[in-house]
Amino acid sequence: MTEEEHIAEQIRRNVIITTIDKIYNWGRRSSVWPMGFGLACCAFEMICAAASRFDFARFGMEMMRPTPRQADLLIVSGTVTKKMAPQVVRLYDQMPEPKYVLAMGACAISGGPFKDTYNAVNGIDTYLPVDVYVPGCPPRPEALLEGFIKLHQMIEGQTILTSPWYRKEVEREMPVPILGPRGLVLPGEGHE
Amino acid sequence: MSREVYERLVEEFPETSLEYLEGKDPAISVKADDLFEVARHLKEKQGYDYLSAVTGVDYPDRFEVIYHLYSMKEGPGPLILKVSASKEQPEVPSLVSLWPGANFQEREVYDLMGIRFAGHPDLKRILLWEGYEGHPLRKDFPIEGYQTIGQEESS
Amino acid sequence: MQTVETRLRTETITLNMGPQHPSTHGVFRMIITLDGETIVDLEPVMGYLHRCQEKIGERNTYLQNIPYTDRLDYICSMSNNLAYVMAVEKLAQIEVPERAEYIRIIMVELTRIVNHAVAIGALLNDLGCFFTPMLYALEERERILDLFEMASGSRMMCNYMRFGGVRYDLPPGFMPELKSVVAALPDFIDEFERLLTDNEIVRIRCQGVGILPPDVAVGYSCTGPLLRASGVDYDIRKVDSYSIYDRFDFDVPLGTNYDVYDRYLVRIGEMRQSVRILEQAIEQIPEGEVSVKLPRVFKPPEGDVYHRIESPKGELGFYLVSDGSTNPYRYKIRSPTFINLIVLPELCKGHKVADVVAILGSIDIVLGEVDR
Repeated sequence: MTEEEHIAEQIRRNVIITTIDKIYNWGRRSSVWPMGFGLACCAFEMICAAASRFDFARFGMEMMRPTPRQADLLIVSGTVTKKMAPQVVRLYDQMPEPKYVLAMGACAISGGPFKDTYNAVNGIDTYLPVDVYVPGCPPRPEALLEGFIKLHQMIEGQTILTSPWYRKEVEREMPVPILGPRGLVLPGEGHE
Repeated sequence: MSREVYERLVEEFPETSLEYLEGKDPAISVKADDLFEVARHLKEKQGYDYLSAVTGVDYPDRFEVIYHLYSMKEGPGPLILKVSASKEQPEVPSLVSLWPGANFQEREVYDLMGIRFAGHPDLKRILLWEGYEGHPLRKDFPIEGYQTIGQEESS
Repeated sequence: MQTVETRLRTETITLNMGPQHPSTHGVFRMIITLDGETIVDLEPVMGYLHRCQEKIGERNTYLQNIPYTDRLDYICSMSNNLAYVMAVEKLAQIEVPERAEYIRIIMVELTRIVNHAVAIGALLNDLGCFFTPMLYALEERERILDLFEMASGSRMMCNYMRFGGVRYDLPPGFMPELKSVVAALPDFIDEFERLLTDNEIVRIRCQGVGILPPDVAVGYSCTGPLLRASGVDYDIRKVDSYSIYDRFDFDVPLGTNYDVYDRYLVRIGEMRQSVRILEQAIEQIPEGEVSVKLPRVFKPPEGDVYHRIESPKGELGFYLVSDGSTNPYRYKIRSPTFINLIVLPELCKGHKVADVVAILGSIDIVLGEVDR
């Protein structure tokens, strides 16, 4: 092919993809279903964000599924402790693609007021890939809604061509840590 | 009020060594071997039917277990019992058969401090997981714990 | 018809109501042994939110511990603050001015109303009435959280009490807003009762379930609405008369049938009594100082104290050992919900799995306090 024909071919392919992308992403971002997974104090602000004053049903998110098999978004709200971390990672692995993680509150981002203690994990991004961080202790419901809007903008910017869940070479399953005698151990690694 | 209870206890158990400790909350100090009998007398004869709290403290020379007892019928004011245990082999008799509400509290003191309770029906860890090594609330245990993979990666 | 008894070999199943469950009020796990549909044994497993508060308490100074007490029972942050601050005041013998005492009582009673409304909403959530009573409860809670935000700057983690008083005086718009909230509360409680108390489904699922006789309750060290619904008249506000509770006129509701329905009725009764206390406090509150000047480096004298208050969930106590330095030597939290859970296996034996959820909802646990 000559260069002009090659460029025309590319443009034609991208135009089709942008229309498909637009419809695909519009459907996905208008109905993100969070998983009802509250760990600690931030969970209560999440429930308030679901209640009638700061409704998040107007974003299409009112269906909080208790089961990970039907959810799109894992809102990690609260301190993740070492005893609970294997369960969080296992729940993430059970969610079907496409899936997102939102770290809500200072404890989920970096350990919060309980950083560097013998039972708290310094942020859930040690074990899971996080897409949006919402800071605060606890963040107000309006801050959580701002986090959701950022997530929607991120979803709208994604395209099928480069999405990780349709590519075979990207590993999306996270290894589940094991409770060892002094802390958490990832499988395959020894003690340090 | 604790003074009168102390006098009555000294009359009832003349050969045990009981001490009256002054302070903002006066307490009675008991030896570990006599604890069960004294506690049973307090519950059945003196009417102390409500065990509020079981606490373990790590002093430099000994461990101490502190019991706060209340009576539902009589007035306010706790009756405090203090029992010492040695540092090498800390062991104290369990009071679960008298007050079933001591069950989880004794397990927690065992989990976090390492003090064993002789006669407890099911003494195992309650807040940390089985297989964890170490007792975190002791003074020689650092607050960051000993080894974690997460902290190595994220710092 | 005669039944023939055959020798069937049956086995029990172990069911795990795991840490992630919509009805366990947080990360709480129960290992249930079932024989058919009936429960034979139940073992609660906790520690999934153990955040090392007692060890952190030894690392911090006395003043730095106050925001950490907010995060114990995260729905009632004001009453946790009050328990800790009163324990340190007993240790260091600090006097509190009059106006500060009244402000503290107002905040704690508002917290009690918030907590009981949310507890009833959560209990009904678990029974299957998904979210409608909870929405009513959260709407009233939002009005009260606006008051907390006006006074202390934050909705949930208020960090408002200090040794010797409170942090800020009430802003000028607070009292009119408080009066309008308190005037609207009896109607809200009536509406709640109209929806729920005579509801047939609530009655069938809650009456006769989880019966706790009074001597068993006292033996298992239960406190709070759980104890009072078992007919035992023990309210620490009346027994110990801490702060200025002896100036107020209020009753203590008790239960007669010792079941889940009685615990619900006791909570409704306590909300009404809190409204009575609030009305009296609004009338009696004087002008004056709200805090006491303390030295910059705060070192209480040596010794140990134990102080307890009637928090909305039961007896919350703090045991502090001081060795004369700026940090506590031992900081122990006597948490009511951790000890109320000891009686859970006894209450659930012989019932079905659906009843476990109702019983756990009536004990009203918050995992931040269970695991500390």
